Amino acid sequence: MKPLLIAMPIIQLAILSYTADFTVRNINIFVQDQDHSVLSQKLINKISASDNFILNGVSASYDEGFDKIQKNKIDVILSIPEHFNRDFNSGRHTSLFIAADAINSNKAGISINYLQNIIKDFSSEQAAKKGMIEIRSGIEVVKRNWYNPALNYKFFMVPGIMVLLVTMIALFLSGMNIVREKEIGTIEQLNVTPIKKYQFIIGKLLPFLIIGIFEFTIGLAVALWWFKVPMLGSITLLYLFTFVYLILILGIGMFISTITETQQQALFIAWFFSVIFILMSGLFTPIESMPVWAQKLTLFNPIRYYVEVIRLVMLKGSSFISIKLNFAIITFAALLVNMLAILNYRKTA
Amino acid sequence: MIEEKVIIAKDLTRTFGKFTAVDHISFDVKRGEIFGFLGANGAGKTTAIKMLTGILSSSSGQATVAGFDINKDRNRLKENIGYMSQKFSLYEDLTLKENIKFYGGIYGLNNAEIAKKTGEIVERLDLQEIENTLIAEIPLGWKQKIAFSVAIVHNPKIVFLDEPTSGVDPITRRQFWNLIYEAAENGITVFVTTHYMDEAEYCDRISMMVEGRIEALGSLQELLTKYEATSMDEVFIKLAR
Repeated sequence: MKPLLIAMPIIQLAILSYTADFTVRNINIFVQDQDHSVLSQKLINKISASDNFILNGVSASYDEGFDKIQKNKIDVILSIPEHFNRDFNSGRHTSLFIAADAINSNKAGISINYLQNIIKDFSSEQAAKKGMIEIRSGIEVVKRNWYNPALNYKFFMVPGIMVLLVTMIALFLSGMNIVREKEIGTIEQLNVTPIKKYQFIIGKLLPFLIIGIFEFTIGLAVALWWFKVPMLGSITLLYLFTFVYLILILGIGMFISTITETQQQALFIAWFFSVIFILMSGLFTPIESMPVWAQKLTLFNPIRYYVEVIRLVMLKGSSFISIKLNFAIITFAALLVNMLAILNYRKTA
Repeated sequence: MIEEKVIIAKDLTRTFGKFTAVDHISFDVKRGEIFGFLGANGAGKTTAIKMLTGILSSSSGQATVAGFDINKDRNRLKENIGYMSQKFSLYEDLTLKENIKFYGGIYGLNNAEIAKKTGEIVERLDLQEIENTLIAEIPLGWKQKIAFSVAIVHNPKIVFLDEPTSGVDPITRRQFWNLIYEAAENGITVFVTTHYMDEAEYCDRISMMVEGRIEALGSLQELLTKYEATSMDEVFIKLAR
């Protein structure tokens, strides 16, 4: 307890000040270059030289870009049309197409803005070099906000808040549970009975699993009917993931419960971890904008995987194939943590 | 008939770091006996009980309880014992009936057996009016009687009672001891710790623990004679000094 009291403010200040940052950085961009010209190459170079963008693939194929945006690998597609070089140099009308993943409408708006500025700069630079006296039309930019055309920020937040709801309830209920029995003394009574460890843990898990699923259902109903969040993917898939995720979170709570002696201690630890997990989950601030070391840390954050899955399934209609890695990680973690909880729950001292 | 020994302890010891809580205690308890396990606070009674009920490993020495080794055969040992501590063993947010069902279930009683037991307990303790009341709302004295009945719901060979009567009035204690006698008559061996010396006088045999060791062991009469005392209080004071 005492080391935690000192470590907690330091860890939270250190980690959270770097990660809870609303600045948009490291925007992953894919360029569909149909022109393959000097000019298009120059534009691509300019974009990849910018601090805000990370070039994630250039190809003539539109499908490749679409596939990447669908899998959350990129945030923005820039499409350069055929004859871009020729038309620009002859002073004819040219237009570029930008499509942004607008699930996070805030990030999409900022990304498009950054990109438009780069294109505008580029256009004036090139015009000046060519000695064009007058830029008649310059480069026109056509924008599309995918997955959330109305830029409704609630579509982004509500599924994330559902994750929060499910996580907090499961973590706190299970975290307080065994330790409560330690406090009131019933655990001692159970320990002298022939009850098996796994029976005990299952008996503890099951009621909270049902409560968790119930809470999730309420959250989902409110999201769909009140906030009108679209449900493009499979509800069954979402429930399946929630089920496995709940087992993981309940296991974490159970584990906390086995290593603490009082509800106060358990609450303290559960609270410490949930603050870090929540702020580093990509729920409020994009993970891609965090420093690289913090991005690596998020790989150990269960909330991150669930936030990703719920947004992918609800807003992008992703299928099992697209989220199978998240599924595998959460399943593995759930087994591991529950095993630890069972091992750590000692009937004998 | 050879007297069956249900607890045999030989040099049973438990240390915590450099502190020896239980120091080479040896004794045995016969079937159907009421065995009083006495000692001042901190004498090592609870540590000894924890070892005998299989929730604490022993550091050295051996013991068998109901025929099962306390370190090697814990699960079968636990099936054959009942336990009631001074800390509460009943679930306060369940009713009397639900508590019986829960503990009965853990010990593998089927629904018919649970229903039969529930009926017996309710009738014996005269609890018809409160069988569906939450334990939290029941007075302490009743709770202790209920806790005892629940601790022997599965007809164990031995029941361990750790300071079962602390904090209740003399009348309730008297009633509680009647339940203990009844259990003993039904063949359940009773292993009881207490610090009420008058209660010690209800036991068939008494052991007295001082600083982790058993300093005296025998029937009330034997102890009184040996220590030239007129009551257990005197014996206690002589030994504990």
